[in-house]
Amino acid sequence: MHTVSFRVNSEPQTVSVPAATTLLELLRDRLHLTGTKEGCGVGECGACTVLLDGAPVTACLVLAVEADGHDVRTIEGEATGGELSALQQAFIDAGAIQCGFCTPGMIMSARALLTRSPNPSDEEIIEAIAGNLCRCTGYEAVVAAIRNASRQLTREAPALLADDEQTKAEKASGEP
Amino acid sequence: MSELRYVGKGVAREDGIDKVAGTARYTHDLVVPGMLHAALVKSPHASARIVRVATEAAEALPGVRAILTGDSLCYRLGLYMQDKCILAREVVRYQGEAVVAVAADSLDIAREACSQIEVEYEPLDAVLDPRDAMAEGAHLVHPDLADYEHMKGVFFPKEHTNIAHHQKIRKGDFDAAFGHADVQLTASFYNPPVQHVPMETHATIAQVLPGGRAEIWTSSQSPYTVRHLMSDAFDMPHANIRVHVPYVGGGFGGKAGLGLEPLAYVLSRAAGGRPVKVVATREEEFNTLPSRQGLHSTIEIGCTTAGKIEALKSTYVWDAGAYADYGVNIGRAAAYAGAGPYAIDNCWIDSFVVYTNKVFGTAYRGFGHLEVLWGVERAVDMMARKLDMDPVKLRRTNLLKEGDTTITGEPFTSGHGSPVGCLEAAAEAIDWEAPSEAPAEPNKVRGKGIAVLHKAPAMPTYTSCAAVIKLDEDGAADILVSGVDYGQGTYTVLRQIAAEELKIPIERAHVTWECDTAFSPYDWQTVASRFAYMGGNAVIEAAADCLRQIRDVAGKALDADPADIVCENGEVFARERPDKRIPYSRLSLGYTFPNGNSIGGPVIGRGRFIATGLTHLDPETGQGLPAQYWTYGAHAVEVEIDTETGEIEILKIVTAIDAGKILNPKLVVGQVVGGVVQGLGSALSEGFLFDESGRFLNPSLADYKIPTAKDLPRETEQIFLENPQPGGPYGARGVAEHPMISVPSAVGNALYDALGIEFSTLPLSYERILLRILEEKVEKGSPS
Repeated sequence: MHTVSFRVNSEPQTVSVPAATTLLELLRDRLHLTGTKEGCGVGECGACTVLLDGAPVTACLVLAVEADGHDVRTIEGEATGGELSALQQAFIDAGAIQCGFCTPGMIMSARALLTRSPNPSDEEIIEAIAGNLCRCTGYEAVVAAIRNASRQLTREAPALLADDEQTKAEKASGEP
Repeated sequence: MSELRYVGKGVAREDGIDKVAGTARYTHDLVVPGMLHAALVKSPHASARIVRVATEAAEALPGVRAILTGDSLCYRLGLYMQDKCILAREVVRYQGEAVVAVAADSLDIAREACSQIEVEYEPLDAVLDPRDAMAEGAHLVHPDLADYEHMKGVFFPKEHTNIAHHQKIRKGDFDAAFGHADVQLTASFYNPPVQHVPMETHATIAQVLPGGRAEIWTSSQSPYTVRHLMSDAFDMPHANIRVHVPYVGGGFGGKAGLGLEPLAYVLSRAAGGRPVKVVATREEEFNTLPSRQGLHSTIEIGCTTAGKIEALKSTYVWDAGAYADYGVNIGRAAAYAGAGPYAIDNCWIDSFVVYTNKVFGTAYRGFGHLEVLWGVERAVDMMARKLDMDPVKLRRTNLLKEGDTTITGEPFTSGHGSPVGCLEAAAEAIDWEAPSEAPAEPNKVRGKGIAVLHKAPAMPTYTSCAAVIKLDEDGAADILVSGVDYGQGTYTVLRQIAAEELKIPIERAHVTWECDTAFSPYDWQTVASRFAYMGGNAVIEAAADCLRQIRDVAGKALDADPADIVCENGEVFARERPDKRIPYSRLSLGYTFPNGNSIGGPVIGRGRFIATGLTHLDPETGQGLPAQYWTYGAHAVEVEIDTETGEIEILKIVTAIDAGKILNPKLVVGQVVGGVVQGLGSALSEGFLFDESGRFLNPSLADYKIPTAKDLPRETEQIFLENPQPGGPYGARGVAEHPMISVPSAVGNALYDALGIEFSTLPLSYERILLRILEEKVEKGSPS
């Protein structure tokens, strides 16, 4: 067994796991954070996308022990105090959701993009979600949702962006 | 009708909040105390006798609680054709078929146990091509076919053959009309099997409970059909089986009928009643669970020089795979729609659903129509070229119009909507008359294509559903249905209808999310683009029932005739005294007079709907009324091809559908875009590959490519006609499956326009396009 100490959605967690446990299993089965989905288990669908120190990763391909000492952000950390983020609201408003199974991973990929590039082009948006498969929406509304969220965030910047924890972390590290 | 407040408006889906927050619970996410996890041993052979199964080593593993083989499971299950066992018995019929199942304390243990189970097989002959399977002396996939239970009078399995069903359509005199036709065309086409690829794979938890009861949580489109088929299979009263359907991560037909529920149930029984969770891996979703059937089509068309189609004959040979429970009904439905939305007086269709030793087929969005229209709509384009006629003109000449009859003898009326209107709208939006602009790059060419589509719900003649509306203490409405909203948005539409009919603000109408057969009223199953239509009608009736109860009590409270009570914005008043109002909240549980006397009681409305007037089709001629309603449409597409690489890009795709009435413009646009992109998957990249022994070669998302965000068309456009459907809620028709149908046909037609090459086989992959371009170069003798 290995001890993993890390922060999930800003909360410190310490758990003991077998070496083969994936970050996805740790999140879903041990910490009951079931908002992160498993669509294939082999890194091909993007449903399990979470942010590891702000960067999107497929949690099924990351070993739990690799998260030791790092920050993990999941869909459960996207809303604050029961209030949906502008990005989440944009998904609802644009009709970017159908069955919803890909939605958490899609939002995490979009979150990473908007943190890195608050004003992305459609090409950048498409590139950012190219690894998130969706069988229902045909992606058009998803791209629109992320575009709308980016516009709103830039319009309301810097207040909203400053509130963004990932942005703060990256500012601190001096990286975009 | 007074102006509508909610119906027809772009109301956002109520389930959006849970889905963006990660709080929507799917079967995948559920844990039941004491729950075991299951894993499967699958057949490596397409066809083999099971000689021996050695489970001793696996049984000895700590944490293994049950191991089952087919030997102990004497059941044959199915909705239309009972041809499938829970686990393979005596023989395996496809590579990937489940042979042994293990339930253990953890998934790791269950998988480890599976790896320690030895199965000895004696390979048998296999038949992989359904055309070979129809030949005299072919290996029989089901030698006992004659003994299988099936829906009698509807399906006609042929004993001692591989034919699970033969659907015939006979109208007029094909041979004579074809013989006399000015221009004749014969062409053959092929669609490979494909997969639904729901993002949530199949998942089920089942628990056997004391007293002969069972509780099931399942990712399904069909809570009541699951309950009914389980009741039938295990000889349990319906009331002893409780089926929950929480959020479902996509279905597209693949989660209709029965899935993993019987397996989870028998595992729980074998494990002493502990709940057992079975979740398909992505590979199992491809290779063990059902797919869309392949199809070989041959189409003959006879036409006058003026462009009137006098005769059409189709032979459809469906690759059912190893089981045809659902496949038989696809062979039936696609036959009665098998000549396209055209008026054809002399029609002959044979649709054969044929067993082979491959993974089996089931319903998939479009239910056979995308497949048959791949052939029909390509053949109509080829005929237009033979006639030297504009393909739009040829279609316009032959599309169904008032006074025509369909190929099963159904009169076409103004209530059917306008196929011609859809064709013309799509043609106009793609600027059909203008040739494509030549791209700047010399290695690129462009072309335009168009194709029409139609589909009716394929369902039993007695299909029914119900809705219950109960009013809350505060006068809000809870709508209970057991049709499932697995993303299509129907619950939002039902909510809009309920708010409209009950005269309450939309914020106060809610559909209860999670169907439960213990309290959600009956619905057959959520398939066939029928839920908004049938469920919508049931909700209208349930709302009227609520208002009747409210008016009765309000009449007494206001000392007025109930007929004079007006309901408005969650309040009632007597017509002549609009100043004295009572909110629903003071009526929803009963009304209390100032002196304390009370009347009425909790308001609960009941609504129902049943298909009416449908008939079985005549076994010899296929004549009859199979359709509650039809929905018509057309796609027009412009493509750009790189002739050096075969790469194809969709520049624009226009979809025109006669929806009768748009209930929610935001949701319907999402549904059409999603369907079109799914159709582009079938058109451009999707198809199962098998080796010569029947092994499935691409059962993963890496090797089987569905569209990604990078495959988005450059532009999409949606056009809706609203010719009302008599009997539809607010005049609406179903539109869920239709956006996908005929997308490949339109793309194939555009490829001809761009390249002058006829494509007959899907998918139209870069590789296939490039190879055909190179072949043509060789044939024409131009330097390579």
